Amino acid sequence: MSQTPLSLPQQRKMGQTSRKDAWWLQPLVVFLGLSAFIIYANWAAFQASNYEHGAYLSPMYSPLLFEAPTQAAIKAETLGADAHMSHHSWFGAWPSALQPSWVPGWMLSPALIILIFPAGFRLTCYYYRGAYYKAFWADPINCAVGEPRNSFRGENFWPLLIQNIHRYFFYAAAVYIFILAYDAWVALWHAPAGTNLSYNEAAATGQLEFGLGVGTLVLTLNVILLGGYTFGCHCARHFAGGKHDHLSKVPTGKKAYECVSCLNRNHMKWAWTSLIWVGFTDFYIRMCAMGIWSDWRLF
Amino acid sequence: MPQVTFKVWRGNKDAGEFKDYQTDITEGMVVLDAVHQIQAESAPDLACRWNCKAGKCGSCSAEVNGNPRLMCMTRMEDLPTDQPVTIEPMQAFPLIRDLVCDVSWNYEVKKKIKPFKPRKPDNEDGTWNMVQEDVDRVQEFRKCIECFLCQDVCHVLRDHHKHEEFIGPRFFIHNAQLEMHPLDTEDRLGDLKDDNGLGYCNITKCCTKVCPEHITITDNAIIPLKERVVDEYYDPIKKLFKMFKPKKPDAAAGK
Ligand code: SF4
Ligand code: SF4
Ligand code: FES
Ligand code: FES
Repeated sequence: MSQTPLSLPQQRKMGQTSRKDAWWLQPLVVFLGLSAFIIYANWAAFQASNYEHGAYLSPMYSPLLFEAPTQAAIKAETLGADAHMSHHSWFGAWPSALQPSWVPGWMLSPALIILIFPAGFRLTCYYYRGAYYKAFWADPINCAVGEPRNSFRGENFWPLLIQNIHRYFFYAAAVYIFILAYDAWVALWHAPAGTNLSYNEAAATGQLEFGLGVGTLVLTLNVILLGGYTFGCHCARHFAGGKHDHLSKVPTGKKAYECVSCLNRNHMKWAWTSLIWVGFTDFYIRMCAMGIWSDWRLF
Repeated sequence: MPQVTFKVWRGNKDAGEFKDYQTDITEGMVVLDAVHQIQAESAPDLACRWNCKAGKCGSCSAEVNGNPRLMCMTRMEDLPTDQPVTIEPMQAFPLIRDLVCDVSWNYEVKKKIKPFKPRKPDNEDGTWNMVQEDVDRVQEFRKCIECFLCQDVCHVLRDHHKHEEFIGPRFFIHNAQLEMHPLDTEDRLGDLKDDNGLGYCNITKCCTKVCPEHITITDNAIIPLKERVVDEYYDPIKKLFKMFKPKKPDAAAGK
């Protein structure tokens, strides 16, 4: 910008700062938190089993396009050859054309087909970008602290130019919220108590009864938190009015813009609570499915 | 309060070092008071820039304990005084002497931003009609006092010295203020993408954290501008639509 090169102070070395506070704490917490989630999510996604328990379907496996072969095998073993297909599965069994014999069972996980969208959504989220550039790439490791590298390309060039795709992940994530809301609705309908009917049998014969279990609450809170995160997205804010110079003439009304802005102000909090809760929801249902604990029916 | 040790940066652009000064701190003092007291008691040649002592002129920017701050708005009682308090000049600009930087690069940057270009007046007497809710957003940006603390903390300038390619958060605020103005008809998105280096910002939010006027720089100015740039240059479906819908030559009715 300037005509003559500026004679600037020497660049500071990695970690060099006059800050006296624990500046390393925030990137460390982000690093540990995100790493823990990534490890758990990968482990859970590659299980290809124990992702449903009665009326409950893990959000990491929703929408369940096909029943995982591993899960089907477990069912056949425990329930016999005429075990019903999962009521949650959209298109029934995993197609045999997509089951080459050389692919191990854990690779045939329905989670792997659908997680790409929520994963991409979080990966390109403006909040997470700022957070993981600090925690995972030290660029910068924290404000006013020296960095490990002199060169910097930011998001100005490939490959990080791809971050501009975020709005497309938003479209997909918004659809997922409706699917997860449907799952929370499904979680209100259980196999009738006091009978021998399994959930799938009751579902197939239209005998499900209304009820509320802890799992229903867990799944409901999950969709609320994910909804707060998704609809507080900066892209949502842009579409709801941010792109207009005349907010008073925005077709969706100024209320929509204010509503999204209100969620957006706490985007970081929504991001973390929804991340933790989606992990916990999977864990809760997994533990129920594995018989480690049982779901408590409130009524 | 007791005597406090200050480590103050002394030097010019070629050389310098921290020097220790002790001074008594009394109730209600701010860092700028302490600097003035040090000047009066032991370092009359200590250079420091200030003007209003009310957080409104943006002159007394420096780094206190490593954090970009206005010295006149940093209360001594909020700092730990059992250890020395460091005061040093901003790091993103050339040093003139001691605590005083040459911030004129910022003025050059500002000159290059396309100025306000209002649409034709709405009324015969040359006035416009505006609705308050259309200007709420830009009023936040007008609080800027040009202290340049956000420029100082931004690692793109501070650590990567991209002064030639990146205008910094202060001027993204300025661009946002013009771009979102309901009367403005100018298009600055191309400049923002190419010459102003909007893409260099990697959303660390450090600028937002240091702004003494509490302007939500990243969320309210930078990200909305990034989204507008995506609309115009990166969104493939939007691009497709635009191919079939040629742009009107004059956006006189505003956007
Ligand atoms: S958010 Fe962007 S402009 Fe602000 S300090 Fe970080 S990189 Fe710089
Ligand atoms: S935006 Fe805030 S920090 Fe930046 S120059 Fe203006 S008042 Fe200072
Ligand atoms: S900005 Fe975080 S989800 Fe879009
Ligand atoms: S002296 Fe004016 S802002 Fe500090």
